[in-house]
Amino acid sequence: MEYLLLIYANEADYAKMSPAEMGAMYQEFMQYTQSIHQSGHFQAGQQLQPVTTATTVRVQNGKRVVTDGPFAETREQLGGFYWIKAKDLDEALAIAERCPGARVGSVEVRPIVPPPA
Amino acid sequence: MNLESLYREEWRRVLATTVRLTGDFDLSEEAVQDAFVAALEQWPRDGTPANPYAWLVSTARHRVLDQFRKRARFLDKQVEIERLAELEGAEIDLSEASMVDDQLRLIFTCCHPALAVEAQVALTLRTVCGLTTEEIARSFLTPVATMAQRLVRVKRKIRDARLPFAMPPREKLAERLDGVMLVVYLVFTEGYAATSGKVWIRRQLSEEAIRLGRLLCELVPRNAELRALLALMLLHDSRRMARIGPDEEIITLEEQDRGLWDRRQIVEGVPLLEAALREGASGEYALQAAIAALHARAQRAEDTDWAQISRLYVTLLQRQPSPVVHLNLAAAVAMAESPAKGLAIIDELEATGDLAGYHLLPAAKADLLRRENRWTEAADAYRQALALVTNEPERRYLARRLEQVEQDRI
Repeated sequence: MEYLLLIYANEADYAKMSPAEMGAMYQEFMQYTQSIHQSGHFQAGQQLQPVTTATTVRVQNGKRVVTDGPFAETREQLGGFYWIKAKDLDEALAIAERCPGARVGSVEVRPIVPPPA
Repeated sequence: MNLESLYREEWRRVLATTVRLTGDFDLSEEAVQDAFVAALEQWPRDGTPANPYAWLVSTARHRVLDQFRKRARFLDKQVEIERLAELEGAEIDLSEASMVDDQLRLIFTCCHPALAVEAQVALTLRTVCGLTTEEIARSFLTPVATMAQRLVRVKRKIRDARLPFAMPPREKLAERLDGVMLVVYLVFTEGYAATSGKVWIRRQLSEEAIRLGRLLCELVPRNAELRALLALMLLHDSRRMARIGPDEEIITLEEQDRGLWDRRQIVEGVPLLEAALREGASGEYALQAAIAALHARAQRAEDTDWAQISRLYVTLLQRQPSPVVHLNLAAAVAMAESPAKGLAIIDELEATGDLAGYHLLPAAKADLLRRENRWTEAADAYRQALALVTNEPERRYLARRLEQVEQDRI
């Protein structure tokens, strides 16, 4: 079973961190990635640029409409993700719990629809 | 063999084991239902099997496997075919020990924190207690379609997010058990706050909660907090006959005919609590049960040990800082010391604004003002409470009180 861990946080909370704190956080994420890599759960994972860099595209009546910013303004923003393999939700939740992002903001655990056999 | 009582007793066990053997929550539920229908047809004719549980499990399991076979043929999926072969070849353990584990797994799955609390409650009543969707909907005054939808959605999540049908890992056990206890307690209070006209339906909920409490005490032996919860439910439930008058009017603890309290439940609940306390129970259920036990022990309302009850509320408030507990503390202090002291606490509480819009705040205030013979202020507070109250028996209670203080004033 595969799950996507969506890491949300208030970007302002990260902005308030000192360079030293940011560095420590980065280190923690590195170690976390390494640990789930070694345990065989890791499939992929990336950090995203802040929402100020986001652009939204939709096609209305066959015409492309491009707008600045994310699809919806929310209190916490999507800042990165991990794509993991886990045997069930409990295992996925245990992996999410250890993610450094869970302490700063929240981690949403979403099952990925299995591909048709 | 009475099939209805068999259903009551075996439903949960049969379902729990069928889910373990097939790994499919939704299909198992249907299949177990079918197995009971088959039993209803066959047993009166062929005689009751020696082991009804094993018969029902094996019938239900075959039905689920049939469904898998149909699906595999229709979809021609390698995955389904492999899964089927695996299930067909699996060893079937129907021992006593595995039956106990199955039931616990079922309860922990229904009360999984990944599910919304209201869904946990509904699912527990459906699968663990075997109530029908209609019964659950009626108990919660929810349209049947809404309740059915809620159950479909929660079962879909169990399947699609792959919630394990498993015992929580050791380090999560206490936390998960807290979640289970909360569900049991919510089922109980929903039944205990018997305020709608259909009291008998609510009664079913408190009975189910007590039944669940007993089952958990059996399945998880030596857990003091669990036993305190069961004691709490028994002690509160013991007052049910005295709490509501013939016209469904509310009768306060002070005015209740204590002769109507259920002695059997008190005689069971008090020692159960004492044992739980000796074994270190100190949580909110234990504290509330200790308060209930002090009420149960008082022969007359005036014999109540309010000083001890106040102390217990202070401890409870430290553990569970909630404005409602704070309000209860105010009422206890008023009885232990003086209405004025209780009123002072209520004034503080009112100033925080935490209970704005909650009818029991002005109601409690009115009650203490009445005891102080401050009729005009009491009448004002009863009117405030009446403006906020939403359920009928409580409204009538407050109206009766208002009438009394208005008469006393003259």
